[in-house]
Amino acid sequence: MNWEEIFIALPKLLDGALLTVELVLISCIVGFVIATPVALMRSSQNWWLRNIPLIYTYFFRGTPLLVQLFLFYYGLGQFEAVRESFLWPVLREAYWCALIVFALNTGAYTAEIFRGAIQAIPHGEIEAGVAIGMKKATLYRRVVLPRAIRMALPSYGNEIILMLKSSALAYTITLFDLTGVTRTIIARNYLAIEMYFTAGVIYLLLTFIFIQVWMRLEKHLLRFQKV
Amino acid sequence: MFDLQGFGPQIAYGAWMTVQVAFGGLLVGLVFGLAGAGAKLSRFKVLRGVGQSYTTLVRGIPEILIVLLVYFGGEDIINRIATGFGYDGYIEINVFAAGVTALALSFGAYATEVFRGAILSVPKGQIEAAVAIGLRSRKIFWRITLPQAMRLAIPGLGNLFQVLLKDTSLVSLIALPELMMNARIGMQNTKEPFTFYFVAALIYLAITSIVLIGQIYAERWANKGVKRASS
Repeated sequence: MNWEEIFIALPKLLDGALLTVELVLISCIVGFVIATPVALMRSSQNWWLRNIPLIYTYFFRGTPLLVQLFLFYYGLGQFEAVRESFLWPVLREAYWCALIVFALNTGAYTAEIFRGAIQAIPHGEIEAGVAIGMKKATLYRRVVLPRAIRMALPSYGNEIILMLKSSALAYTITLFDLTGVTRTIIARNYLAIEMYFTAGVIYLLLTFIFIQVWMRLEKHLLRFQKV
Repeated sequence: MFDLQGFGPQIAYGAWMTVQVAFGGLLVGLVFGLAGAGAKLSRFKVLRGVGQSYTTLVRGIPEILIVLLVYFGGEDIINRIATGFGYDGYIEINVFAAGVTALALSFGAYATEVFRGAILSVPKGQIEAAVAIGLRSRKIFWRITLPQAMRLAIPGLGNLFQVLLKDTSLVSLIALPELMMNARIGMQNTKEPFTFYFVAALIYLAITSIVLIGQIYAERWANKGVKRASS
């Protein structure tokens, strides 16, 4: 182990880690915003409403994230119409591509997690809401969604950790996230083991910090369950 | 269209390679998972520690980092050792072996938890009965615990296999000629990135769908002997 080189590389690696955190944070927020309506549609009684978003979740959950990234970043440029549209300045940038794909990907997984939670809400609670005369919107806002999100917390936390790990793929479309920075450093000093090891430790630390925060959040949101 | 400007056969070969990598990773990963579960449930503190560090480390590090670490790091270690023994050539490690090992490592870490949970859910009475009729502990594991744990583990393992299938795309980054890699070659030659990556996506979708159906049948088969409460 060449500790000296690790210390030299550390500030750059932490810079990369910052981009990793930024990517995960933004894509998870956007993913959450996508997932909520999709989950509601997926748990609807109407066949069309239920199955149209299935195309989205099935595609994003059934293909590797790497394919999705390449499809967006390299693939969209194949079409003249895309290259000439007003969206091109955004879609051309690796940063935005990564964010869009990560958000869509985590949105699809999160939607299925939320759907499972919505369907697991005890019928009695919804019937009670109806019985005291709640309108459908109120029922969803006051009963269904808060209850579902609380039930989904553990699996949703896992999904965010998976997203943190998947975000390492951002380097494949030229971004300098933690993995990207690690690889450029290795290209210069040839210390593959040391640098990958350090990057691995930083990822572990990020996961660890996240788990601590998430456990606090769970404790806070589920405080009513305390006996 | 399906000829893909002459790259169709190469893509098909890549898909076949992807399937091979996935099953290779599954087989080796199951061994890792069983060993990990064995270590975690062991009487010995050291073994439990080893099992615990294995799952914590591997599950906290991105899969792609494991792939890169096994391939480049493994090569690095082997060459450092070789140089230490006075060998001055450069040893390259096999991409397929590195890819399968890396994927198996990550599959095995998650499988460890699945197996551990499944083994713990086998009713105690079963094992006591086996002890009572005088089976030795190895036989108890292979004849009583494992077959019953397997049934409980199948849903979890199926989900992990889906993840593994999608993770095989990562080994294209160490230049193993599987589906993603061959799609990239096709795209570089034809300048039609969308076509090739879209075809690759559809093939992945087909593979994961087939596995999903297989999973349903496997669960039905494994639960053949179990009475279900009818509602």
